[in-house]
Amino acid sequence: MTVKLLTGNYTVAEAARLARVKVVAAFPITPQTTIVEKIAEMIEHGEMDAEMIHVESEHSALAAAYGAAAGGVRAFTATSSQGLLYMHEVVWWVAGSRIPLVMAIVTRAIGPPWNIHVSHEDIMDQRDTGWIISIAEDNQEVLDLTLQAFRISEDPRVYLPAMVGLDGFILSHTTMPVDVPSQEEVDSWLPPRSPGPYVIEPGSGVIMGNIPPDEDYMRMRKAMQTAMRNAERVIMEVEEEYYKLTGRRYGGLLECYRCSDAKYAVVLMGTWAGNAKEAADRLREKGYPVGVARIRYIRPFPSMLLREKLGGMKGVMVMDRSVSMGRGGPLFLEVAEALRSKPSMMSVIAGVGGVDVGVDDISSLVEKFIGKVEERGHVYIDEYWYGV
Amino acid sequence: MLVELVFHGRGGQGAVTAARLLVGAVHREGLEGQAFPHFGAERRGAPVRAYARISDRPIRIHEEVRRPDIVVVLDPDLPKLVDVTRGLKNNGVIVINSKTPVLFNGYRAYFVDATGIALELGLIVAGWPVVNTSMLGALAKATGLVSIESVMREIKEYWPGRIGEANARAAELAYSRVKKVE
Repeated sequence: MTVKLLTGNYTVAEAARLARVKVVAAFPITPQTTIVEKIAEMIEHGEMDAEMIHVESEHSALAAAYGAAAGGVRAFTATSSQGLLYMHEVVWWVAGSRIPLVMAIVTRAIGPPWNIHVSHEDIMDQRDTGWIISIAEDNQEVLDLTLQAFRISEDPRVYLPAMVGLDGFILSHTTMPVDVPSQEEVDSWLPPRSPGPYVIEPGSGVIMGNIPPDEDYMRMRKAMQTAMRNAERVIMEVEEEYYKLTGRRYGGLLECYRCSDAKYAVVLMGTWAGNAKEAADRLREKGYPVGVARIRYIRPFPSMLLREKLGGMKGVMVMDRSVSMGRGGPLFLEVAEALRSKPSMMSVIAGVGGVDVGVDDISSLVEKFIGKVEERGHVYIDEYWYGV
Repeated sequence: MLVELVFHGRGGQGAVTAARLLVGAVHREGLEGQAFPHFGAERRGAPVRAYARISDRPIRIHEEVRRPDIVVVLDPDLPKLVDVTRGLKNNGVIVINSKTPVLFNGYRAYFVDATGIALELGLIVAGWPVVNTSMLGALAKATGLVSIESVMREIKEYWPGRIGEANARAAELAYSRVKKVE
């Protein structure tokens, strides 16, 4: 292990190199661009033995990576925002084909109006596609999640592609210390890509995507859902093995920070979870028993874990960095379903489009929420916009 | 311990790189650091900001620096355009690239002619004097946050060869020339 000072984007590139990715196809988009630049540089300098395919769009980027992965090699791509939307058709195609593939999503707002800053609309828009979707809190976790994504995606019990989310600018362009394992360490833990579930190559006679009977189509969708359920266990197993290698583990689908003796919890995902942890510490100094439950995997969603860890709490505040128009905060809705709304609940929509949300903002929100619960006994606030 | 810094510069002056190099330098001395740009549309010549946090513990906060302990100003004219002391803590430190002393009431101010050092050493890139590395040397002297040795080592490792040598020399000169505004 060596500690390197890396931006989130350079961390992604390091992970792709360490995973011995053989084909990268990508199209640049802010704030993802420096991932592709760094990988191109690594290939140019002979530090990474991979093929970089230049394409004219994100639709083609994922199509090319998909083709390479269907041909049996380990493939990788990365995108953001409009780029992810542009490749959306292929996103479904890769998952339905059950092709192992890893893609970094540098989360960013969707236009119009034009905005290049962090927001979770782009990654939340992928929830139904059949991809494993994780999201990091810091650059160390970007490395850890990306490396683990290959193992999870390539596991025969899963065979689904995996997205790794990192927040635009707040991680992608922030330099932090990252503990980077050596190539030998990664090699001992991540074997070369196996040819499963099938390899399409000249003369193989394998076809994928032809028109099947409707019942077979439905069976295949059901099998994907089963694979998602399997992934819950595989994610835990892979993280345990990774822990043996690196000494780092986070709790699988959900990380709980000071939850065990908490009566109130903040649920959120991504970088601002660090601010929430700091807020929880400060609130505890004031006598408020607060914990933080950080969603690490949006898919498969940690419903059981949420119920187990937070089901008995007095109040749960969920912070969303995106909106399902006409319905509300998407993370809140999923958490409320998981908890069957037993605790008092509050949905906060904040930080959309990169609006800065700091420790003070979160602690004041939690304090207000606790005040309402203590005053009224039980509350259910299904939408509260903070900051605008 | 948590020290928060804001670097004010013009797009292209290397404020972001200065923040990054500072984090590298303190990391050599066993401290944790975080460096990031202000997330805006950066244009060459326009006022820009970069931030750094330094701590003896891992840093998990991710928000803009709202109440800096230290401000570094890379361009002498910037105080006319932006409120460089915005949010600066009482008795906080401000280090500015200037030929002459600049007074900031209520703050400990330091000045160094970083532009002059760049011209002296022939440190010119795309027609602009390189001032960011000098300002790191001045910062080291003014605050004692990091040693000049660590700053110079970080610069030399960041740019191996002649460019790194010249920039490290600039930091060293600024370290010896920076003065407190009395």
